[in-house]
Amino acid sequence: MIDLIAAALVFLGGIFALVARLGILRLPDVLLRMRSSTKVGTLRCGLIIAGVAVHFGDGAVVLRGIAIIVFLLLTAPIAGHMIGRAALRTGVKLWSPDEDVAASGEKAGSGRVEAGENP
Amino acid sequence: MGADLLEYAVDAAVGMVILSVVLGFIRLAKGPSLPDRVVALDMMTVAIVGFCGLAAIRYQDIAFLDVGLVLALVGFLATVALARFAERRVARRDAAEEEEE
Repeated sequence: MIDLIAAALVFLGGIFALVARLGILRLPDVLLRMRSSTKVGTLRCGLIIAGVAVHFGDGAVVLRGIAIIVFLLLTAPIAGHMIGRAALRTGVKLWSPDEDVAASGEKAGSGRVEAGENP
Repeated sequence: MGADLLEYAVDAAVGMVILSVVLGFIRLAKGPSLPDRVVALDMMTVAIVGFCGLAAIRYQDIAFLDVGLVLALVGFLATVALARFAERRVARRDAAEEEEE
Protein backbone atom coordinates (compact mmCIF):
# COMPACT_ATOMS: atom_id res chain seq x y z
CA MET A 1 0.00 0.00 0.00
CA ILE A 2 2.80 2.39 0.93
CA ASP A 3 4.55 1.56 -2.33
CA LEU A 4 1.30 2.27 -4.18
CA ILE A 5 1.01 5.74 -2.61
CA ALA A 6 4.69 6.47 -3.30
CA ALA A 7 4.29 5.30 -6.92
CA ALA A 8 1.24 7.54 -7.41
CA LEU A 9 3.04 10.58 -5.95
CA VAL A 10 6.17 10.02 -8.04
CA PHE A 11 4.17 9.45 -11.24
CA LEU A 12 2.10 12.62 -10.65
CA GLY A 13 5.36 14.48 -10.11
CA GLY A 14 6.63 13.21 -13.46
CA ILE A 15 3.44 14.32 -15.23
CA PHE A 16 3.70 17.78 -13.69
CA ALA A 17 7.32 17.93 -14.85
CA LEU A 18 6.03 17.61 -18.41
CA VAL A 19 3.27 20.16 -17.80
CA ALA A 20 5.77 22.69 -16.44
CA ARG A 21 8.10 22.19 -19.37
CA LEU A 22 5.30 22.53 -21.91
CA GLY A 23 4.37 25.81 -20.22
CA ILE A 24 7.97 27.01 -20.47
CA LEU A 25 8.12 26.07 -24.12
CA ARG A 26 4.70 27.19 -25.38
CA LEU A 27 3.60 30.28 -23.40
CA PRO A 28 4.18 33.55 -25.24
CA ASP A 29 5.90 35.80 -22.70
CA VAL A 30 8.43 35.83 -19.84
CA LEU A 31 5.95 36.50 -17.04
CA LEU A 32 3.55 33.76 -18.17
CA ARG A 33 6.44 31.32 -18.55
CA MET A 34 7.66 32.25 -15.09
CA ARG A 35 4.27 31.47 -13.63
CA SER A 36 4.38 27.95 -15.05
CA SER A 37 7.99 27.45 -13.96
CA THR A 38 7.62 28.57 -10.34
CA LYS A 39 4.20 27.19 -9.44
CA VAL A 40 4.19 23.91 -11.32
CA GLY A 41 7.91 23.40 -10.64
CA THR A 42 7.44 23.66 -6.90
CA LEU A 43 4.42 21.36 -7.03
CA ARG A 44 6.13 18.62 -9.02
CA CYS A 45 9.30 18.72 -6.95
CA GLY A 46 7.22 18.64 -3.76
CA LEU A 47 5.26 15.63 -5.06
CA ILE A 48 8.41 13.68 -5.95
CA ILE A 49 10.09 14.44 -2.62
CA ALA A 50 6.87 13.52 -0.78
CA GLY A 51 6.92 10.21 -2.68
CA VAL A 52 10.50 9.61 -1.54
CA ALA A 53 9.58 10.38 2.08
CA VAL A 54 6.59 8.00 1.93
CA HIS A 55 8.71 5.27 0.35
CA PHE A 56 11.52 5.34 2.92
CA GLY A 57 9.31 6.29 5.88
CA ASP A 58 12.41 7.00 7.94
CA GLY A 59 12.88 9.95 10.31
CA ALA A 60 16.04 11.27 8.64
CA VAL A 61 14.52 11.03 5.14
CA VAL A 62 11.25 12.68 6.17
CA LEU A 63 13.17 15.50 7.83
CA ARG A 64 15.26 16.06 4.71
CA GLY A 65 12.17 15.91 2.53
CA ILE A 66 10.41 18.52 4.66
CA ALA A 67 13.56 20.68 4.55
CA ILE A 68 13.69 20.51 0.73
CA ILE A 69 9.97 21.27 0.33
CA VAL A 70 10.01 24.18 2.80
CA PHE A 71 13.12 25.54 1.13
CA LEU A 72 11.55 25.37 -2.32
CA LEU A 73 8.34 27.00 -1.06
CA LEU A 74 10.40 29.81 0.46
CA THR A 75 12.76 30.45 -2.43
CA ALA A 76 10.64 29.88 -5.57
CA PRO A 77 8.45 33.00 -5.08
CA ILE A 78 11.48 35.15 -4.25
CA ALA A 79 13.41 33.97 -7.29
CA GLY A 80 10.32 34.41 -9.47
CA HIS A 81 9.79 37.92 -8.16
CA MET A 82 13.39 38.89 -8.86
CA ILE A 83 13.32 37.54 -12.41
CA GLY A 84 9.98 39.23 -13.06
CA ARG A 85 11.28 42.56 -11.81
CA ALA A 86 14.43 42.21 -13.91
CA ALA A 87 12.32 41.37 -16.99
CA LEU A 88 10.05 44.36 -16.42
CA ARG A 89 12.93 46.79 -15.85
CA THR A 90 14.96 45.57 -18.82
CA GLY A 91 11.90 46.28 -20.98
CA VAL A 92 11.11 42.81 -22.31
CA LYS A 93 8.26 42.92 -24.79
CA LEU A 94 5.08 41.67 -23.13
CA TRP A 95 2.35 39.72 -24.82
CA SER A 96 -1.21 40.97 -25.23
CA PRO A 97 -4.17 39.19 -26.82
CA ASP A 98 -4.95 42.09 -29.20
CA GLU A 99 -1.47 41.90 -30.69
CA ASP A 100 -1.87 38.20 -31.28
CA VAL A 101 -5.14 38.72 -33.15
CA ALA A 102 -3.62 41.56 -35.18
CA ALA A 103 -0.57 39.45 -36.08
CA SER A 104 -2.67 36.51 -37.25
CA GLY A 105 -4.89 38.91 -39.25
CA GLU A 106 -1.82 40.43 -40.90
CA LYS A 107 -0.50 36.99 -41.74
CA ALA A 108 -3.80 36.00 -43.35
CA GLY A 109 -3.92 39.35 -45.21
CA SER A 110 -0.33 39.13 -46.48
CA GLY A 111 -0.99 35.55 -47.58
CA ARG A 112 -3.89 36.74 -49.72
CA VAL A 113 -1.81 39.58 -51.20
CA GLU A 114 0.98 37.18 -52.10
CA ALA A 115 -1.52 34.84 -53.72
CA GLY A 116 -2.84 37.79 -55.74
CA GLU A 117 0.62 38.88 -56.83
CA ASN A 118 1.70 35.47 -58.02
CA PRO A 119 -1.09 34.04 -60.16
CA MET B 1 3.23 -6.10 -6.90
CA GLY B 2 3.41 -2.68 -5.24
CA ALA B 3 7.21 -2.70 -5.47
CA ASP B 4 7.04 -3.46 -9.22
CA LEU B 5 4.56 -0.64 -9.67
CA LEU B 6 6.87 1.75 -7.81
CA GLU B 7 9.74 0.72 -10.08
CA TYR B 8 7.68 1.40 -13.22
CA ALA B 9 6.47 4.72 -11.82
CA VAL B 10 10.03 5.81 -10.99
CA ASP B 11 11.25 4.81 -14.46
CA ALA B 12 8.40 6.68 -16.14
CA ALA B 13 8.99 9.76 -13.96
CA VAL B 14 12.73 9.68 -14.74
CA GLY B 15 11.87 9.63 -18.44
CA MET B 16 9.47 12.55 -18.09
CA VAL B 17 11.90 14.64 -16.02
CA ILE B 18 14.69 14.04 -18.55
CA LEU B 19 12.32 14.99 -21.39
CA SER B 20 11.39 18.17 -19.55
CA VAL B 21 15.06 19.08 -19.07
CA VAL B 22 15.67 18.53 -22.80
CA LEU B 23 12.72 20.75 -23.72
CA GLY B 24 14.09 23.29 -21.25
CA PHE B 25 17.34 23.33 -23.20
CA ILE B 26 15.33 24.33 -26.28
CA ARG B 27 13.94 27.34 -24.40
CA LEU B 28 17.44 28.08 -23.09
CA ALA B 29 18.82 28.17 -26.64
CA LYS B 30 15.84 30.00 -28.17
CA GLY B 31 14.90 32.39 -25.35
CA PRO B 32 14.66 35.84 -26.95
CA SER B 33 15.89 37.70 -23.85
CA LEU B 34 18.14 37.10 -20.84
CA PRO B 35 15.23 36.74 -18.33
CA ASP B 36 13.82 33.95 -20.53
CA ARG B 37 17.06 32.05 -20.24
CA VAL B 38 17.23 32.63 -16.49
CA VAL B 39 13.70 31.25 -16.11
CA ALA B 40 14.66 28.16 -18.13
CA LEU B 41 17.80 27.61 -16.02
CA ASP B 42 15.84 28.02 -12.80
CA MET B 43 13.31 25.47 -14.05
CA MET B 44 16.06 23.00 -14.94
CA THR B 45 17.59 23.26 -11.47
CA VAL B 46 14.25 22.44 -9.87
CA ALA B 47 13.84 19.54 -12.32
CA ILE B 48 17.21 18.14 -11.27
CA VAL B 49 16.24 18.41 -7.58
CA GLY B 50 13.27 16.20 -8.45
CA PHE B 51 15.61 13.89 -10.35
CA CYS B 52 17.75 13.54 -7.19
CA GLY B 53 14.65 12.37 -5.31
CA LEU B 54 13.94 9.81 -8.04
CA ALA B 55 17.56 8.59 -7.92
CA ALA B 56 17.22 8.16 -4.14
CA ILE B 57 14.35 5.70 -4.71
CA ARG B 58 15.96 4.04 -7.72
CA TYR B 59 19.26 3.25 -5.97
CA GLN B 60 17.88 3.03 -2.39
CA ASP B 61 20.37 5.63 -1.23
CA ILE B 62 19.29 8.64 0.84
CA ALA B 63 22.54 10.53 0.14
CA PHE B 64 20.89 11.80 -3.09
CA LEU B 65 18.48 13.82 -0.95
CA ASP B 66 21.38 15.83 0.47
CA VAL B 67 22.50 16.50 -3.09
CA GLY B 68 19.00 17.73 -3.91
CA LEU B 69 18.91 20.01 -0.86
CA VAL B 70 22.24 21.64 -1.72
CA LEU B 71 21.25 21.93 -5.38
CA ALA B 72 18.03 23.76 -4.44
CA LEU B 73 20.11 26.19 -2.38
CA VAL B 74 22.74 26.81 -5.05
CA GLY B 75 20.11 27.09 -7.77
CA PHE B 76 18.27 29.78 -5.84
CA LEU B 77 21.47 31.77 -5.38
CA ALA B 78 22.33 31.43 -9.08
CA THR B 79 18.86 32.62 -10.11
CA VAL B 80 19.00 35.66 -7.82
CA ALA B 81 22.52 36.53 -9.00
CA LEU B 82 21.55 36.28 -12.69
CA ALA B 83 18.41 38.36 -12.14
CA ARG B 84 20.43 41.10 -10.40
CA PHE B 85 22.98 40.94 -13.22
CA ALA B 86 20.29 41.44 -15.87
CA GLU B 87 18.85 44.38 -13.95
CA ARG B 88 22.20 46.08 -13.36
CA ARG B 89 23.37 45.61 -16.92
CA VAL B 90 20.50 47.77 -18.17
CA ALA B 91 21.02 50.33 -15.38
CA ARG B 92 24.69 50.61 -16.28
CA ARG B 93 23.94 50.98 -19.99
CA ASP B 94 21.46 53.78 -19.28
CA ALA B 95 24.01 55.55 -17.09
CA ALA B 96 26.64 55.29 -19.84
CA GLU B 97 24.23 56.71 -22.40
CA GLU B 98 23.41 59.65 -20.13
CA GLU B 99 27.11 60.40 -19.72
CA GLU B 100 27.61 60.42 -23.46
CA GLU B 101 24.74 62.87 -23.90
